Amino acid sequence: MLIPCPHCGNRDVSEFTYVGDAKAKRPSSATTDTSRAQDTWDEFIYYRDNPLGPHKELWQHVGGCRQFVELVRNTRTHEITGSKGRGPHLEGNHS
Amino acid sequence: MTRFSAWALAKNALSGNKLWTSQWRKPEPKPSYDVIIIGGGGHGLATAFYLAKEHGITNVAVVEKGWIGSGNIGRNTTIVRSNYELRKNALFYEHSLKLWEGLSKELNYNVMFSQRGVLNLAHSPAEMDAHATRGNAMRLNGIDAELLSRDEVAKFVPQLDVSSNTRFPIHGGLLQPRGGTARHDAIAWGFARGADKLGVDILENCEVTGFLKDGDTITGVQSTRGEIKAKKVGVAVAGSTSEVMRKAGVEKLPIESHVLQAFVSEGLKPAVDTVVTGGGGHFYMSQSDKGGLVFGGDIDKYNSYAQRGNLPVIEEVTTIMLALYPQFAKVRMLRHWGGIMDMSMDGSPIITKGPLPGMYLNAGWCYGGFKATPASGWCFAHTIAKDEPHAFNAPFTLDRFSQGYSIDEAGAGPWAKLH
Repeated sequence: MLIPCPHCGNRDVSEFTYVGDAKAKRPSSATTDTSRAQDTWDEFIYYRDNPLGPHKELWQHVGGCRQFVELVRNTRTHEITGSKGRGPHLEGNHS
Repeated sequence: MTRFSAWALAKNALSGNKLWTSQWRKPEPKPSYDVIIIGGGGHGLATAFYLAKEHGITNVAVVEKGWIGSGNIGRNTTIVRSNYELRKNALFYEHSLKLWEGLSKELNYNVMFSQRGVLNLAHSPAEMDAHATRGNAMRLNGIDAELLSRDEVAKFVPQLDVSSNTRFPIHGGLLQPRGGTARHDAIAWGFARGADKLGVDILENCEVTGFLKDGDTITGVQSTRGEIKAKKVGVAVAGSTSEVMRKAGVEKLPIESHVLQAFVSEGLKPAVDTVVTGGGGHFYMSQSDKGGLVFGGDIDKYNSYAQRGNLPVIEEVTTIMLALYPQFAKVRMLRHWGGIMDMSMDGSPIITKGPLPGMYLNAGWCYGGFKATPASGWCFAHTIAKDEPHAFNAPFTLDRFSQGYSIDEAGAGPWAKLH
């Protein structure tokens, strides 16, 4: 599988580390809504859509530019239909 | 259906094997059942068998979108073991191993369970310590375990390269002598045949397309063979768990689906008479009764429903294999395939009532579903019949994640890809 890195072009999947579902968002530490805190943290840490079909997901090009990349990849066919750079640090996602 | 015996074998051999009857019926769906099990794999069929055998619930249908045994039960590397450190896992998998030990007799079907031992190699002094800890925990839980030195490993598996000049030198290993392998198709067919004989309807080519609901309560399924009502619906669909549960309105689960590849070589004369795992990375291999080397390694480590994998894992797995067994360098690979694992966020399974009323969930098997097949069905049947878990599966709840009771055997944290 070749992954289109916005900075380095098409590179082999073995150069990348998979981070995971790009929709999982880290809850803000500034939130004051304690009644929802348990649910939002559970959802961020454990719960996933896990779709069959297009999946918005994060990878890091650890064997290249080390930037994070957000892909839209079909989980049944491995076809990649979207790729955009997410910079050297992830804000509000896993990490 | 013919009962297998020496007499039946002799009679059918003399008549050219033309008199064997089919092993299970091909019934039409009834309008309603007491219990529907979604998924005609090992776990679903085992559940139906134990519902009928242990609990007398025979008005049961197993609905399967393809044919019996077309999923992970026919795609695994057939290893059976109970060498777990955490007590919650150890007691469950040891129950499974005990069921395996009596299964051929119980099913009147030769599942070819071969207790040839499972040896986990250690490649550093630290790994030896970890193996000693786990071995002690196993013994305290009543499970067999032996810590082998490097010399004992060399004697037990003479083919291994135990020299100190290798990429991953072998320091010793942890052996579970009662572990081994079984024939994966036979376990599906044996449970199917046994369940059918007790009255269970096995409905193949019957894909679930939706659920019948009364409010939140599940009251049956919509399928490609029509609507089927049921008092209780159990879901045992491995890698398809998220997609099937979404049809019931459950959008998110602590599960990711990943592809796990497996490999088999051309047939060789007997060369390796045990199961060896290890190799610095992740590797496990045995030799089948047909002579093929059956081996595998890590998942591909990204979400996938493809049932096929990519080349980097093939390279990694074969690299480890040749580091351990240099003499297999010229062996040719015959086949390779992928199965979709329901990787849970703590690496342990879920066998529970819910999450909706009228529904029961059996999922999250990660790499370990094959060895669990009998106990998974046994515990799931108990949970469905009694509306409460057995002590063996009581820890495997869905809400353990939010309650802080995750069962993380690998100590890898909430990352599905790392379990």
